[in-house]
Order: sequence, then structure tokens, then C-alpha cells
Amino acid sequence: MTLTLENVWRTVGDEVHIAEANLSLERGTLNTLLGPTLAGKTSLMRLMAGLDKPTKGRVLFDGQDVTGVRVQDRSVAMVYQQFINYPALTVYENIASPLRIARTPAAEIDRKVREAAAMMKLEPMLDRTPLELSGGQQQRTALARALVKGADLVLLDEPLANLDYKLREELREELPRVFAESGAVFVYATTEPTEALLLGGNTATLNEGRVTQFGSTLDIYRNPGDLLTADVFSDPPMNTLPVSIRDGVVSHGEKLSAPASGVLSAVSDGDYTLGFRPNHLYLHKHSDNMIPFSTRVAVTEITGSESFVHVDFSGQRWVSLTHGVRDVDIDSTIDVYLEPSKCFVFDTSGKLLAGPWSSVGEQG
Amino acid sequence: MNKWSDNRAWWLVMPVVLIVAFSAVIPLMTVVNYAFQDTFGNNEFYWAGLEWFRDILRSERFHGAMGRQFLFSFIILSIEIPLGIGIALAMPRKGFWVPFCLILMALPLLIPWNVVGTIWQIFGRIDIGLLGATLDSLGIDYNYTQNTIDAWVTLVVMDVWHWTSLVVLLCYAGLQSIPDAYYQAARIDGASKWATFRYIQLPKMNRVLLIAVLLRFMDSFMIYTEPFVVTGGGPGNDTTFLSIDLVQMAIGQFDLGPAAAMSLIYFLIILLFSWVFFTVMSYLDRAEN
Amino acid sequence: MAKIELNGLAHSYMPQVQEAQDFALKELNHVWEDGGAYALLGPSGCGKTTLLNIISGLLIPTHGEILFDGNAVTKKATEDRNIAQVFQFPVVYDTMSVYDNLAFPLRNRGVGASEVDGRVREIAELLELGDSLKNKASGLTADAKQKISLGRGLVRADVSAILFDEPLTVIDPHLKWQLRSQLKHLHKRFNYTMVYVTHDQTEALTFADKVVVMYDGAVVQMGTPEELFERPKHTFVGYFIGSPGMNVVPCHIDGDKAMVAGHAFSMEQGFSKVPEGASLEVGIRPEFLSLSRDGDGPAVSIQKVEDLGRFRVASVRLEDHEFKVMVGEDQEVPTDGARLIVDPTHVNLYANSHLVEEA
Repeated sequence: MTLTLENVWRTVGDEVHIAEANLSLERGTLNTLLGPTLAGKTSLMRLMAGLDKPTKGRVLFDGQDVTGVRVQDRSVAMVYQQFINYPALTVYENIASPLRIARTPAAEIDRKVREAAAMMKLEPMLDRTPLELSGGQQQRTALARALVKGADLVLLDEPLANLDYKLREELREELPRVFAESGAVFVYATTEPTEALLLGGNTATLNEGRVTQFGSTLDIYRNPGDLLTADVFSDPPMNTLPVSIRDGVVSHGEKLSAPASGVLSAVSDGDYTLGFRPNHLYLHKHSDNMIPFSTRVAVTEITGSESFVHVDFSGQRWVSLTHGVRDVDIDSTIDVYLEPSKCFVFDTSGKLLAGPWSSVGEQG
Repeated sequence: MNKWSDNRAWWLVMPVVLIVAFSAVIPLMTVVNYAFQDTFGNNEFYWAGLEWFRDILRSERFHGAMGRQFLFSFIILSIEIPLGIGIALAMPRKGFWVPFCLILMALPLLIPWNVVGTIWQIFGRIDIGLLGATLDSLGIDYNYTQNTIDAWVTLVVMDVWHWTSLVVLLCYAGLQSIPDAYYQAARIDGASKWATFRYIQLPKMNRVLLIAVLLRFMDSFMIYTEPFVVTGGGPGNDTTFLSIDLVQMAIGQFDLGPAAAMSLIYFLIILLFSWVFFTVMSYLDRAEN
Repeated sequence: MAKIELNGLAHSYMPQVQEAQDFALKELNHVWEDGGAYALLGPSGCGKTTLLNIISGLLIPTHGEILFDGNAVTKKATEDRNIAQVFQFPVVYDTMSVYDNLAFPLRNRGVGASEVDGRVREIAELLELGDSLKNKASGLTADAKQKISLGRGLVRADVSAILFDEPLTVIDPHLKWQLRSQLKHLHKRFNYTMVYVTHDQTEALTFADKVVVMYDGAVVQMGTPEELFERPKHTFVGYFIGSPGMNVVPCHIDGDKAMVAGHAFSMEQGFSKVPEGASLEVGIRPEFLSLSRDGDGPAVSIQKVEDLGRFRVASVRLEDHEFKVMVGEDQEVPTDGARLIVDPTHVNLYANSHLVEEA
């Protein structure tokens, strides 16, 4: 099955919730909607499910227009951030509930429930009620119920947001396998770039109700089409600096003047915004091409394996992420180095002109 | 607009529409009919225009009843709302006593109006009533059938006894929805009991309070059964409220025209107040989001 | 600001305590230095919230006592402890302006209007709330509300400690970075004693000078982020800290080397005497493993490679044991003939899940 959104808009009063959404999601794929709170992830899911009607545009299932079809008449399952289960029913009955509604024969119900329970590692808990389960198990029950329904479209709205960090890590690892086995179209909303990367598949980045880019997750991470997408898809956020490039020299007012090498040499003269990820801003110079910046340290965060050094340069707050422990005094002045082959060049309207994977072209 | 439209839904609404039509709309239209007509018997009616309305609005009898009605509602609200809040605050938030308190609170609400009236009518009698006899034996001159103040006090106390629970339960529900963290934050900030009430409990209760005020206002404004049973509107006309007056006029004197006009005015007053409350409530709703 | 001492602290929610398992918080003794930033880290149900509630005065511990600067406060009410707390969900006084919210704790304590004004403006400036002082607090975003909660603690010049109960739960990832670094900055500048409860390792490690890792009601390790990362005292710490967590595989000892599936892993720092009959495991973090075509490491088969943008995680198999290996963005994952290279300075030995100390 293919789910297609054709120029879908949704406005409520004067507010635009979703603007001009065009997406085509294939069967057996996992599609992540990535964006900050209120970017329109939930609105988009509600349109896909048929809980809301688009103000404009069409929703197609396998080429068939379902724009006017209610959610009850579509084949849709949904899992929410809150753990929603029937509190009085056992885990078994919770998972079986959509099958009972569909009047599935008892033997088949039993088979499907056990299958789904095995997939979500819930077999030992089938006789318990949701209140006797941990948060992770409760959410797995909700997931199993969504899976057992055999819906063509499964929507997951930040399903792991209320779970403990390590549990989230475990479930994130299991989910892609579960998704691949079920063969439906999966849509997964999250605010966390790391989560999108861990899940793989495709990603649509959202900002203020607009889909800014859609494609394979890694590809978008590497080739964000514009600054908005790059910003949404970076954790810690992407560092930026307005620069101008003239005659092979990159400059930022009086504070920077360096030869434009690497990605920077791929664009013609003009004014640009430079974007670079924290892991490409180094505390040590290890190649001659690196561009040095004299910065002031705002704060250092050390995780034991990595250090995040927050620095200020010409009114911009940057983060440098390095391996190992680097404790730098607050308010001290240090040099940080940018690897020019690892930065993104955006034009003044925010469109990507060149990046480490687009202009130089070394994939993978 | 934003949700799906499904015309089958109309079938589900039909029964309600029919019942409301027969029980409210058609009787109301009959009343409207009476309000603008006069008759000399024989079922012959002729157009009276706004004459009845003019009469009613100018009649001292109506002014008196309306004044008493507003005074009664005002007294009831100014006692029941603070008292209800107070009791709700004093009730335990969790633990063994919670269900006990809730059942105790719900008890008066379960008693039918006319029974409440009868209970208090007997309760206050000097000869056989516990309250009346006790007061009398203490040398207090108490007689709700003779003394205006005594009659009012009896009615007010009876209504407070009967309905404060409703305010308590609504406020309690509002209080229960406040997360513990708020109380903890208030303690950390060194807030006094009063400040905690003023800045945490009251703001979180304001919506249920509006509902409580609205319900209690409408109910007390339409009160009939209890005063009818206890005092019958007396002594004299001193506890004759709008509803009692209306019934006297319509059924006692069979002045259908003025009675119809009066009930329309009565209806409009209640409608006006409900509308004001509704507007305020939805405004608050918007302000919160 | 104050030094916090926890003496023989233990707590059970049951009225009658019978066995060790009845304790939600098992006996612990700690001294938390004045001006330190401490994080309590662990999965849900590990007892970290119980400990926080004991410090804040919400709970009176079953055993032991708690001292602020040498004074016992074990039975003192929250309001008498002089602490500030930021909760998981933003707590602001909805009907008040931002200014009044910040002024509230001072006004409650009868501080004069001009001093209140000075403090409020100073703190608002510090938290970058200066522009919204006149706004109603209810209309603000979650991160601004959390700043107000924090600000209500900071306005009081004399707070003993500031407690944080998973304060970034409802904050967007982008703003988490800002808020966290702001917090860290405040700590470095003013040396508040801070206690931060979280289940998120990144938050705990970046925030704290000392991280207290809790598991099943007990403190399994307290140490700097570096110590927790390099020398986890318990396999749970190794698993819980780091993403992916530490590889822990059964081994046995042959001389000064750990043997895994017939391959020797040398341990540069050595180890002291291993308890007899203990079940032994070796723990190596994915960061200290690498893959190479040459070298003398054991041959492994690559099961799967996950690309997380900044780095990749390769799952490799050595006989029956699986290892996760972290591979940098620019490094290559050999598709065949891969060998597992182990950094010998970062191999830890565990006996019955507890670290065997160095020789």
C-alpha cells in the first residue's frame, strides 16, 4: 500500500496547521516525522489517519482517493505518547481487543495475540493487567495492539517520549525489525534527531506546519536542503555563521579572513551562511586547511567520553563536540578550528548550495 | 466543518428533539400565547398586546416577589460558596477518610426536595420539632410561621444544609486536580495558607466555582417546593418568591394572562444570567489557552 | 549554600520492615560538598526520587539523618529547610505576572519592596527573562516556565540547595541544550549546591561534578563523569552510562589476561586478587574497540552496522559473544576479514558484577 498526500493543507480559522504537504509513503517503510513541538507532526498524523479532514488537497491510499473517508472506515492503528490501554483488561485481552471488534475467530485471535506478544517480548505478562506493568511494558502492549490489528497504516506519535532513557534505547533498537516484519506503512513522530537516525528509514522534517524535506534519513542528515532542515536535524543544534566569500577568501567582518578551501571553494563569490555540526568544530588543528576562530568559552559539559564546549564567536553561540575530557575554564579565550571540507554553505535565503556530501560527492 | 459530517447523526438526535419539543417548546409556546391574549371565558381569546407585561412590571406584588427572590439567591450564594470552599479545603486529600467524607457530603443531595421541606417543617415546629422545641426550651423566641426573620433564617439554613454539599463536591473535584508539586512549590516559596489558597487553589478552582455559582443561582432562583412546604410563602407574603407568586397567580387566581407574562419575564431573567455566566466562562477558557 | 550530609539514610514505604528488599532506599552514607553539582541517575523505581523527597523534606526517612551544614534537618518541614526545587512539570502561579512569580518567595518572607525589585530584576536578567517580566506566567513556553521555577529559588540569596526533579522532561531537544548550559553557567558562577534527579545519562553527566548512580534502591557508584565512564564500579553502571552501553561478556583469567572465547584480552592496569569461585566478566566500552583488517586481534563477523550520522555502531560477533563497536564518521568498517582491536588501557574486570580493582 502507498499513502500519498497531495498538496494537503489544513487551516483552522486563520491558523495554518499544515501547509502544502506532499508525501508518498510506501508499504513496509518506516517514516519519521521530525520536528520540534508544534511543528505540525500530530496535525499531519491526524490528517493521515482521517481524524481530521484536509482543508485543501487529497489523501490517497494505493491511488484511491480516501479524503472523505472516516477513520473508522480506514485501516489505521495509532499509538500515543501516553500509554493507552484498557486498565481492566489483561495484556492478552488488550492485545486481542481490535480482533474481537473485528469478530476474528478465537483460534486466530489466540495465534495473532501470541505472535504479537512474542514480537514485543510480552509473553510472560499476558495475564497481568496494564497497571501491574512498567511503563515500557505498557507501551509495548499498546504497540502490540496496534500491530495485531494488521492495519495498513500505523501511526506512532512520540511513543517513547515518556519512557526511561535506556528503555527507549532498547525499544528503538527493536522497532525497525518489528516494522520490517509487519509490512504496513509506519509513521513515527519524534522531536529527537538521534531517534530518527537510530530508526533509520525515511524522514520528513517539519517546521511550522511545512514539510521542509523528505527522503532517506541519512541522506537528509547529510544533505539538508535548507538551513531549517539542518537545524531541525542536528543535536546539538547546528552552528552557523554569516560569511562572505570573495576571490577565494572567506571572511566575516574584521574577525575572520581565511582561504576558502574544501566545500567553500565550490561556490561562487557572494554572501552565505555557513553551517557546521558540533563534531566538525575542533579544539585542535589537525589539518592545514582548518579555519581558526578565536572564541570565548561560555560553558563546558563533560559526559566522560565526550566534551561539549560552548563558545561565543561574534554574537554566535557554538558548540564543539570532542572525544575525551576537555575541561576549559569559563570565560577563557580559546581557538577552535573548522574543517572546511565538513561544512555546509547556505545562501542568504537558507537554501543549501554545497555540503560535504553534495559538492565533494563522497557518499557513505 | 473540521470534523467529519455524517448525516446519520441526525437520527440519533431525533428522540431528544421530539422530547424537548413536547416537554418544553410546545408548552412554552402556549405560555407565550397566553401572555399576549386575554379572555372572558368560553375559550374566547383576544389580543392584549403588551398589557400584561406592563401590568406585571408595574405591580408592587411582582416587585416584592422579585426583590425577595434576588435577596434569597444572594444570601444563599454568599453563604454556600465560601462555606463550600471551606469544607472542600478541610476535607482530606487522600486516605481512609476520603470515601467517608464524600458519602457524608452526598447524603443531603439524595433527599427529594419536598421531603427536605417536610423534614425542616417538622424540625422547626415548637411543639414536636427538635430544633423548634430546643430553641423554645432555651428561651429563644422562635416561630417561623409568625416571625419573618425566623421564617427566612429557617429557609436559608435549610437550603444551605441541602445544597452546600454540591458546592463542596465541585470544589473538591477542582482541588483534587491540582498536582502535588504545586503545594510543594508553595511550601518552598514560604507561602502562607492564605497565599496558597489565593494563588494556587482559587485559580485552579475558578472554573468549577463558576459552574457551582451558576447552578446554585439558577436553582435558588427557581426555588419552589421547600418554601411552599415549610412556610407556604408566609408569614403574610414575606417568603413569597417569584415561583410561589407565579403559582398562586396562575392556579390560585387563574389569572392566566398575567401569570404567563410573569413566567416569561422570569424565564428571561434566568436566561440572561445564564448567558452572562456562559460568556464569562468561555472567556476564561480562552484566556487560559 | 550548604554542605549536605546523609548519615545512614534508609527508607521503606512499608509500615513494618522485615527484609532488605522492603527498603525503597537502602542505607547510604554520603557527604555532598558545599557548592557541588550532584546528579542522581538511575532507571525509574531505583530510589532516586525517594532520596530527593527526603532531602526536600517531603518524606521522613525510616532510618538515619540528614544534615545541612552540620545541622540536623531530618524532621524539619520543607519550608524550614531553605531549599529551592524545580519540578518535572513547570509549576508557576498562573494568575501572576513573571515579575510577581519571581517576587513571591521574597514577599512571603517579608522582604522590603525595593530589595525585592532589585533581586527580581537581577535574577530575571541572569535567566534572560528581563523582557517578559510584565507578561502573565501562564502564557509562556515550557522552558520559560522552568526558568521561572528556577528563578523563584535563585531570588532567595540564602538557599541551602537547589533540587531539580527531571526538569527538562517537557523541553524540546534544541532548548534542552540552551537551558542546560545556562544552568551549568549559573552553577559555575555562583556555586550553588545543586542536586539533579534524572534518568537521562547525558543530562546527568553534562550537568554534574559528581554523578550518583542508583539501582534497585542502592547507590552503585558515585563519581565524576570520567570515572563512571572509564572505570564503572558495577556492570550496571557500565550498561546504564554510555550509549550504547558497555560490552560485558563472560571470561576467565589466564595469568594477567582475560580470556574470551579462547582469545586473550590484555589489561594494562592489571587487577587485584579475584574472589574464588566468582563469576567473571570483562567489560569494554564500544568507544575503546575498533575494527581493522590487520593487527593481531581476534577475527570477528560483522552482524550489522547502524549509521547514526556522527558515528556508526557495528555489532560484531566473536564466537557466541556479541560486541558493539563505535566507528567514527570517517573510519571504514571492513566488510570481510575484520579483526577486533581492543584498547588494553580500558578493559575492566568484573567479579559477580563488581569491579575488580587495579593491582
